[in-house]
Amino acid sequence: MMTFTAQAADPIKLGVLEDQSGDFALATIGKVHGIQLAADEINKAGGIAGRPLELVIYDTQSDNTRFQEFMRRVLQKDKVDAVFAGFSSASREAYRPIVDQLNGFAFYNNQYEGGVCDAHMIVTGAVPEQQFSTLIPWMMEKFGKKVYTIAADYNFGQISAEWVRNIVKQNGGEMVGEEFIPLGVSQFASTIQNIQKAKPDILITLLVGTAQSSYYEQAAAANLHIPMGSSVNVGQAYEHKRFKPPSLANMYVTTNWIEEVDDQKSKDFVAKWHKMFPNEPYINQEAENSYLAVYLYKEMVERAKGSTKRDDLRKIVDMGDVCFDAPEGKVCIDPKSQHMSHTIYLAKVNDDHSISFPKVWEDIKPYWLGEAGCDLTKKNPNAQYTPSNPPPKG
Amino acid sequence: MFDAIVGFLYQFGDASAFLVLCASGLAIIFGMMGVINLAHGEFIMAGAYMTVTVAKLGAPLPLAIVCGALFAGLIGILLERFVIRHLYGRPLDTIVATWGISLIASQGTLILLGPSLADISTPLGSVQIGSLSYSVYRFVLMATAAAILAGLYLLFNFTRFGVLARATIQVPHMAEALGVNTRFIYSLTFGIGAALAGATGGLYAPTMTLVPTMGAQFITEAFVTVVTGGGDVFVGTAPAGVILGFIRAAMTTWEGQLAGQIGLLIAVIIVIRVLPRGISGLILRERT
Repeated sequence: MMTFTAQAADPIKLGVLEDQSGDFALATIGKVHGIQLAADEINKAGGIAGRPLELVIYDTQSDNTRFQEFMRRVLQKDKVDAVFAGFSSASREAYRPIVDQLNGFAFYNNQYEGGVCDAHMIVTGAVPEQQFSTLIPWMMEKFGKKVYTIAADYNFGQISAEWVRNIVKQNGGEMVGEEFIPLGVSQFASTIQNIQKAKPDILITLLVGTAQSSYYEQAAAANLHIPMGSSVNVGQAYEHKRFKPPSLANMYVTTNWIEEVDDQKSKDFVAKWHKMFPNEPYINQEAENSYLAVYLYKEMVERAKGSTKRDDLRKIVDMGDVCFDAPEGKVCIDPKSQHMSHTIYLAKVNDDHSISFPKVWEDIKPYWLGEAGCDLTKKNPNAQYTPSNPPPKG
Repeated sequence: MFDAIVGFLYQFGDASAFLVLCASGLAIIFGMMGVINLAHGEFIMAGAYMTVTVAKLGAPLPLAIVCGALFAGLIGILLERFVIRHLYGRPLDTIVATWGISLIASQGTLILLGPSLADISTPLGSVQIGSLSYSVYRFVLMATAAAILAGLYLLFNFTRFGVLARATIQVPHMAEALGVNTRFIYSLTFGIGAALAGATGGLYAPTMTLVPTMGAQFITEAFVTVVTGGGDVFVGTAPAGVILGFIRAAMTTWEGQLAGQIGLLIAVIIVIRVLPRGISGLILRERT
């Protein structure tokens, strides 16, 4: 209590490490804006537990080594209370050991391949069980049971493809093909042919980065029009806005929020956003995740009576009712995995690249890690697990 | 079987066309002139951006591509005049300078024009052969690659400019003694290389996502093809593109894109090992 009163006027410092230049900037500039918007609102309303919120923002340049340098800097030199960091899984895995080593507290506000069981991390993005256990059974029922996956060849694509494989099998479907594509590949003539030969009912595209996104135009030009499913497109790099219709037509994406969501709360949020950032090309799901993460942090700190110590905040998380009424709906942190429940919207890209929502699932939990045996309330293994490499039993 | 053969020929043609077009400009700038131009990808990006901008103003695509090529060529000439000219015969300095230019160009484009440019869709639709369908535009790309190679061959072997350019690059002081304006020839040759890069960008612009870093998607293939081909554009780049295209298409059909890339790079390593007129031979031989 002594320390609290002594610090009362000092700002709470939040480190923000996001890519504002380089290959990922397109999808991540909005994340910085989301944090700025939330901080602005919170400061106007009196701050967090009476203390103003100060942002320490660095541009990580889509470069994993920058994440490591800046993570050290914000934790050691700037001495921030928490860090909001990272887009690609490679960048997260680059900085995560540093957060663990320097005993920091980091928020990863991004959808990813799941499985991080680490007490130093809060993950506010959606994970495969939330996006695929909804998307794939729905698509198989509608279009048929033969599934083909093309995925980016790194940890995100490999692990996501494993999820797809498992869920297809559980639902009585058949994998008729799977191809992993090196990052940076932009020519897809052979991939398109292989898909045509396999004749799938559904094509799951887990392509990442601007080079790989050339696939859609090339597939459309070759007259390949199989219904596509994805966990990454639209909700991150707004391909439906950037590509000329109809290259992305007939794509189905599960996302926890995008700016097209058609209810009053979302419309108010978009209006508020555009007032502060009038030139924002698109507000994506990670921007919303970043925005709501600031409010979740506020909730934790205020319930911990103003303490910003990680252990105090985790005690609050352990109660299991740290929630926020976000633009997407109510979201809560799961104490076992420190991941988040989400509303999952099924977004369909129409022929003119407008978006409709054939289905909405409310309160989808990030169940897998907890069921598999990750329980951060008891033990902190600091590890990332996958369905084929689950937490050790016992 | 019919599908498999046609499918393979198409992939082979597509991969070769990509390699040849990537490499055509660099074959002149690096292969002939010996300038290790790491900003080659940014010439391609400049060509693509200009092509799309002009096409959106309503110009037909071929005209837009010509504009893209001219724009990149103009940038090339300016760059040669103000930077490259002072670095002939200093390959390591050229690497640093062109790399810096490449970073400035892609980051500058990001700041000025934003993270991506809305694209134009691929023209000409698709054609069904057997049970597979193909993009017609890809056949146009193959034909264009062949036409560009033929055009270069004619330009450098059967025109006065071609003779002067080759003379200037082989023995610059002798050419100068004989009254050739070597500075002008260097500028123009570099500009042609840059213009070809711009044309490549323009040709691929309708099939790709337009981002400031798109040049990176071409540059590895461009260097690999030129290094494999050696110093001569015609007996070098063309067969290199065809051979590497074949290897890439075969490996990709067999085991997917990753195998295709691995096959391509292993082939290059073998070629450099067996044919020592590879990159080191080029750097040492040119312009000493």
